[in-house]
Amino acid sequence: MIRFILLQNRQGKTRLAKYYVPLEESEKHKVEYEVHRLVVNRDPKFTNFVEFRTHKVIYRRYAGLFFSLCVDITDNELAYLECIHLFVEILDHFFSNVCELDLVFNFHKVYLILDEFILAGELQETSKKAIIERMGELEKLE
Amino acid sequence: MALSGMRGLAVFISDIRNCQNKEQERLRVDKELGNVRTRFKNEKGLTPYEKKKYVWKMLYIYMLGYDVDFGHMEAVSLISAPKYPEKQVGYIVTSCLLNENHDFLRLAINTVRNDIIGRNETFQCLALTMVGNIGGREFAESLAPDVQKLLISSSCRPLVRKKAALCLLRLYRKNPDVVNIDGWADRMAQLLDERDLGVLTSSMSLLVALVSNNHDSYWSCLPKCVKILERLARNQDIPQEYTYYGIPSPWLQVKTMRALQYFPTIEDPNTRRSLFEVLQRILMGTDVVKNVNKNNASHAVLFEALALVMHLDAEKEMMSQCVALLGKFIAVREPNIRYLGLENMTRMLMVTDVQDIIKRHQAQIITSLKDPDISIRRRALDLLYGMCDVSNAKDIVEELLQYLSTAEFAMREELSLKAAILAEKFAPDLSWYVDVILQLIDKAGDFVSDDIWFRVVQFVTNNEDLQSYAAIKAREYLDKPAIHETMVKVSAYLLGEFGHLLARRPGYSAKELFRIIHEKLPTVSTSSIPILLSTYAKILMHTQPPDQELQNQIWGIFNKYESCIDVEIQQRAVEYLALSKKGEALMDILAEMPKFPERQSALIKKAEDTEADTAEQSAIKLRAQQQSSNALVLTDQRPVNGTPTSSQLTLVKVPNMSSYPDSTDHELSQTNGTLSKVDSSPPEPDLLGDLLGPLAIEGPPSAVAQAPQSVMSNVDGVPNAVESGAIVPVGEQTNSVQPIGNISERFHALCMKDSGVLYEDPYIQIGIKAEWRAHLGRLVLFLGNKNISPLAFVKAIILSPSNLKMELSLVPDTIPPRAQVQCPLEVINVHPSRDVAVLDFSYKFGNDLVNVKLRLPAVFNKFLQPISVSAEEFFPQWRSLSGPPLKLQEVVRGVKPLLLLEMANLFNSLRLMVCPGLDPNPNNLVASTTFYSESTQAMLCLVRIETDPADRTQLRMTVERVYQGTVDKHTYASFNNSAINRHTTGSTTRSSCYTITNRSWGNVSRFAVGQRNDSSADFIQYTFVNMIIQPAYPYSGDTKANEGHHDARACGVLA
Repeated sequence: MIRFILLQNRQGKTRLAKYYVPLEESEKHKVEYEVHRLVVNRDPKFTNFVEFRTHKVIYRRYAGLFFSLCVDITDNELAYLECIHLFVEILDHFFSNVCELDLVFNFHKVYLILDEFILAGELQETSKKAIIERMGELEKLE
Repeated sequence: MALSGMRGLAVFISDIRNCQNKEQERLRVDKELGNVRTRFKNEKGLTPYEKKKYVWKMLYIYMLGYDVDFGHMEAVSLISAPKYPEKQVGYIVTSCLLNENHDFLRLAINTVRNDIIGRNETFQCLALTMVGNIGGREFAESLAPDVQKLLISSSCRPLVRKKAALCLLRLYRKNPDVVNIDGWADRMAQLLDERDLGVLTSSMSLLVALVSNNHDSYWSCLPKCVKILERLARNQDIPQEYTYYGIPSPWLQVKTMRALQYFPTIEDPNTRRSLFEVLQRILMGTDVVKNVNKNNASHAVLFEALALVMHLDAEKEMMSQCVALLGKFIAVREPNIRYLGLENMTRMLMVTDVQDIIKRHQAQIITSLKDPDISIRRRALDLLYGMCDVSNAKDIVEELLQYLSTAEFAMREELSLKAAILAEKFAPDLSWYVDVILQLIDKAGDFVSDDIWFRVVQFVTNNEDLQSYAAIKAREYLDKPAIHETMVKVSAYLLGEFGHLLARRPGYSAKELFRIIHEKLPTVSTSSIPILLSTYAKILMHTQPPDQELQNQIWGIFNKYESCIDVEIQQRAVEYLALSKKGEALMDILAEMPKFPERQSALIKKAEDTEADTAEQSAIKLRAQQQSSNALVLTDQRPVNGTPTSSQLTLVKVPNMSSYPDSTDHELSQTNGTLSKVDSSPPEPDLLGDLLGPLAIEGPPSAVAQAPQSVMSNVDGVPNAVESGAIVPVGEQTNSVQPIGNISERFHALCMKDSGVLYEDPYIQIGIKAEWRAHLGRLVLFLGNKNISPLAFVKAIILSPSNLKMELSLVPDTIPPRAQVQCPLEVINVHPSRDVAVLDFSYKFGNDLVNVKLRLPAVFNKFLQPISVSAEEFFPQWRSLSGPPLKLQEVVRGVKPLLLLEMANLFNSLRLMVCPGLDPNPNNLVASTTFYSESTQAMLCLVRIETDPADRTQLRMTVERVYQGTVDKHTYASFNNSAINRHTTGSTTRSSCYTITNRSWGNVSRFAVGQRNDSSADFIQYTFVNMIIQPAYPYSGDTKANEGHHDARACGVLA
């Protein structure tokens, strides 16, 4: 299962953080700091997987943004790697050509999308269409 | 994309983005937090829209990494808003800010339940999402049946049902005992007929969780899973939106194959045949394509199929196909695929006998050990470790040793551990083993844990053929100019034990051995000197007849260390000197060590124990357990040398060399225990343990944790001779069991809240829940046995100071396995004092007698009750008083800089009510509270803090105490800010502590003789000063600084 999801830029600013395991604040800060340090200097030619404590971080970089998922050591790495890409495609579709700024100013939307995509640390919906339609429904309610 | 709705939020985000530096950003955030806080205070004027906006702002600030310690209530309260926009914000922000352990969440349970059982579909979704993300035990208890109903309801849209499936999954994973899944097998089978792939994806995850726990009830799901897999693999009837780069939902395929791995086998021939057809198609039909995403997705499916094939013990032909594929993968350039090739080869080793085929790839794997990417190197190391056997051990260990010199620090410890284990397991001859270990110590001494050298000593002691060889080797290393300290230890030990066997060889006379060992003494730390002293004593003993010159030299050394400050060294020096003067007696006592009992290698055990935790138990692991273990396990014979060994922590026990076995033993077992972290308890099932658990990254907490405590209790004990008996210094504990977490920090945290963990070690967890009313308190101790065997000789004694009356209910002698016992403790606060009660707790697990002394959080501030005071009441009072004893003032410097908001929060958690607006100066803080004790009844206390925004490291505090009944006299506290040099918590703080403690000292002793005294102001101030100076009190800071303060106070008191 996914332990947490982080979106961080190259400077280490957190753009989104979602934890599916209970952590204390100080621990969260530590985790965010460590994960950033772990992924930021990795060569693009390296694997997208890094061991992190007793788990594994699956990460992918899009422009200046790092998307990192912390998963169990036994989880299927490539499936989660593509799960990151699917999430990015959904964001891209929703914001039409997403950039970091969209995520900054609409962080609340990003949380909303994420909640339609992943729940309880597991994939909930893999159809881009279903999620985008659902977002449309929700926007009408606001 | 246009900014949505909230202008204020967008403006705030822009402001933050425009900040030039961190300081500006902090100022802007502080301003906003202040603003939000005041708006929340007068909630009446707040429209739902505004509230929503502020809650979003809070989340944003929180995301930036700032502490947001208020407003949780507001976020939670939005959940019960009637309209969607507010409710949505409430749910989302709550699930980001809070986790299952927050008490606030309880407030929302009812609303959440109403939303779940209500008719509004959108509300249902929101509620299910939050519970799925952060729901804890209480949620499981009250909501699981409702969620189950939604999942199988025919009237709900797929949207709701997929959320219900995952929500249920969360509740079940966290509390499998609470969620009733009787009869769910049929329902799960029905759910697998679902046409909507979203619901099916979620349900499949739920199924994995259920079958990983117990597959037996779910056989009916098996053929359905195979059907789903067939449908996906053949792309039959899969909507376009569920294909990803042309591949029908790779995620669902992966999950389905995961579920299948939890069934031990497939009986039905038809099902088995269809499954193998599908798998064959995946194995053969996956090609490398250009598009990265497509390639990844298809390989995700392929690797899962490989795992399933391995699990099913397919025909030889298919297995060799798999091995061939993996062999191809570990040679490709694409790093992800190579990584996975290595990883899956390692897994394959666990379940099938493919060692010989994999051995052909050895050269390729060794290349990966030198890859620039650490992730790949780790996988290669694991694989080499797994594939090693007698035939290739020499080559592989050789490679590892070579790599050790160039490997980065992060990997050296693992490398040396693995090399040591392989050398031990597969040594073709024992002298090679000794060579390897000594090389290891030589090349990477810093990363060789004590276990490793203990183990080599054990081997040499037990194998007579090896002894001379080992001594020669040790002598060779000692000749080198610079060697690692561990090498000094092991060489000195070996030469002391076995050097005499070589006495006739040139260069091995007692004198020469002594000379080369003694040359190293100035280079080693205190922890090694005791070993050297023992070696000297042994050398002396073996020199018969005595050599006068050598004897004088060695006696000279013993003489010198007789006054050593280190107790261990001192004791050995004194004893060895006395013994060696006895002549004959020395021979008996210092004779060669007896053989060690054979037992499982601590190293192997250590390697086996470092298992990661996962949401579901790994299928491959389950399977490996079913097969007979071929791991090397030595039988645990009866100890030869009589003393039963505690196998938990001192797996490799170094023999006692002095006549006082305990002292030596203790020292060594402690080093051993802290370093090895061999935990005999089964891995925590709790998900909470995952990231917080004791990790190799963090250092051992024990020594640091206990030090401040002992200082603290000493200090507490000093002021009152009568009470000092109750407070026992904790420093002399001789436990070999190490606590988990910092005891002192846990205590401090509990001083600020009413429930939490007081103490934890591998065997037991002691939790506390407390309720306070006026001068009365009721604590409940929760003693939880974490093991599968009972804890015996459980004893709990309360050592209470004279100011507290405490009564502990009966504590059972034994705690059954995995059980929790509750022991209520009644507390009465008799009169004010700073003394702390101590729980003296002991139990026995196996051979370990564990005794800990824990301070109980029945502290001064628990007997406070916040009370608000109006300006009309306040001012006339505090002006009328000017000095002690009812009003005390103190300038405190060198405090941890706190924002006013943070300080207000600190006050709140100390149960002082901050009265905003009372003090015209915005940099000041005024608070009031009532203190209760049996002798004083209610005392009103007022506090005022004056701060200087320019220098937050100092403040002036004034505390005033008002007589009970009407407000007739006052206390207030004020903090000044005359800018003198402050900061370095050394001298300035020392002086302030000094004065305070002196004063308290006087007051406390007056209490002791039973006088009524108005000292509350005194120790409120004392408490506050302490709290504020001590960064670690409310916030985690460094304990070192704290120790300094306590020391300072101790000095003050003693002076």
